[in-house]
Amino acid sequence: MHYKSFDEINEKIRRKKAVVVTAEEIKGIVDEKGPEQACREVDVVTTATFGPMCSSGAFLNFGHSDPPIRMSKVWLNDVPAYAGIAAVDAFIGATELSETRGFEYGGAHVIEDLIAGKKVQLRATSYGTDCYPRREITTYITKDSINQAVMFNPRNCYQNYGAAANSSDRTIYTYMGALLPMLGNVNYSTSGELSPLICDPLYRTIGIGTRIFLGGAQGYIAWEGTQCNPSQIRAENSVPIGGAATLSLIGNMKEMSQRYIRAATFHKYGVSMFVGVGIPIPLINPEVAQNAAVRNRDVYTHIFDYSVQRRSKPALARVSYEQLRSGSVQLGGRSVPTAPLSSLKMAREIADVLKGQISSGEFLLQEPVMSLPAEASPKSLEIDEVADR
Amino acid sequence: MNKKIKVLFTFPPGMVGKPITYCLVKDYDLWVNILHAEIAPDKAGKLVLDIEGREEDVERALDFLACEELQVQILNGSISWDEDRCLHCGACTSVCPAHALTLDPVDWSLKFDREKCYVCKLCTLACPVKAMSMPI
Ligand code: SF4
Ligand code: SF4
Repeated sequence: MHYKSFDEINEKIRRKKAVVVTAEEIKGIVDEKGPEQACREVDVVTTATFGPMCSSGAFLNFGHSDPPIRMSKVWLNDVPAYAGIAAVDAFIGATELSETRGFEYGGAHVIEDLIAGKKVQLRATSYGTDCYPRREITTYITKDSINQAVMFNPRNCYQNYGAAANSSDRTIYTYMGALLPMLGNVNYSTSGELSPLICDPLYRTIGIGTRIFLGGAQGYIAWEGTQCNPSQIRAENSVPIGGAATLSLIGNMKEMSQRYIRAATFHKYGVSMFVGVGIPIPLINPEVAQNAAVRNRDVYTHIFDYSVQRRSKPALARVSYEQLRSGSVQLGGRSVPTAPLSSLKMAREIADVLKGQISSGEFLLQEPVMSLPAEASPKSLEIDEVADR
Repeated sequence: MNKKIKVLFTFPPGMVGKPITYCLVKDYDLWVNILHAEIAPDKAGKLVLDIEGREEDVERALDFLACEELQVQILNGSISWDEDRCLHCGACTSVCPAHALTLDPVDWSLKFDREKCYVCKLCTLACPVKAMSMPI
């Protein structure tokens, strides 16, 4: 068996000698030479995803005005931000809606505008205190005029996710896009065989502390993501069938690029944000190489019926990503068109950019400081009948 | 002078049997191309046609259609695709009934075949970044 350490690989990266390929490129190499040899020849595999991820946002610190204010309510371009933290800290959530423009503009748009370097109106109110006498403020900020702008996404990078269809007789508008009546279409959202946790299904190299590409900047995996579900049933190749682990991500928003962070509005659903993420997988052993070589034909998910407005939606079919990518699947006895919501073209670009950064020595790997949980299932929220009266 | 229009017909349930296209061709000497047809015996049917012919024939045909029991809507304008905004996510492709929007199976970029589009505007609702729009 051929084993490599993170340190050895980093040493090669520093000397610009590391061999880096994308997760799409490694498949052919493993097929041709086997995982042992692939692991000998290749040091790092880059994975990526560029999809809408609602569970995103940013912590901002505005700096102090004179006289100072203890901001208790904050609006950025009329989008409320959460200010129940210290005097001039706030969290802007991607899905928060503007109080004046509704679905047209939300927290994700504020984030995109800040990243683009645009001026954003800051409005805040306060009850006034002895040390913070000011009760109101209206001014403009940019990402450069404020102290910190830290993107923090509690749940991104779903390992796998269910596909969506609609069996009712009207079009429904969901976070999985527009779903046409009578199973008229199927939408899915993952970059499949290029996706980080599809390529490292048992989290052998990706963990808490891993350095990543986040929105064009270098960021980190901060923690397991919310609703992390590594106990999901898995196929023989260890890849979960349906939604499984998630990651919580952090990075410096000031260094991000609008190309990789884009605000989105899903008609009649709300605002979300496309987040570009790239994660390197060091080939520390042949098993890791074998896992990264996974193909769309061996990754499965279920198609769920989103017309059922319940927590558990019925599964209509089990399909592979190869079938979903082909443009149509068999459902209800006929061929139904499929469409992705996450951009494979952009994910490929990110995998290539990250490959370039590692090859040129700009991006070093960080060994995880802690593993992701091997077992966990999300709990459901029970309704307390007395409280709900 | 020749005139070319794009028309959406909505048939009430029960009247889908009427040979509208046949009349247009035979009685008004028009050139008709079926872009989209959605016809079920018990449901409202939809038919989108490209109609081309001498201007006066097209006008006479529209008068004839106005007297029929169906809804006629002339599809004006065209959908514009802002390629710079487009993320090539594909969300618009599965809602397009005309198959005018597809993802290239090799580089996964969006392809828009304007000839096939019949301006139903479904893509303008499906696109999360407003890259598809109907200029007013
Ligand atoms: S308007 Fe959009 S969805 Fe409708 S036919 Fe044209 S491209 Fe397709
Ligand atoms: S939905 Fe919008 S962004 Fe996505 S591919 Fe279509 S036009 Fe481009």
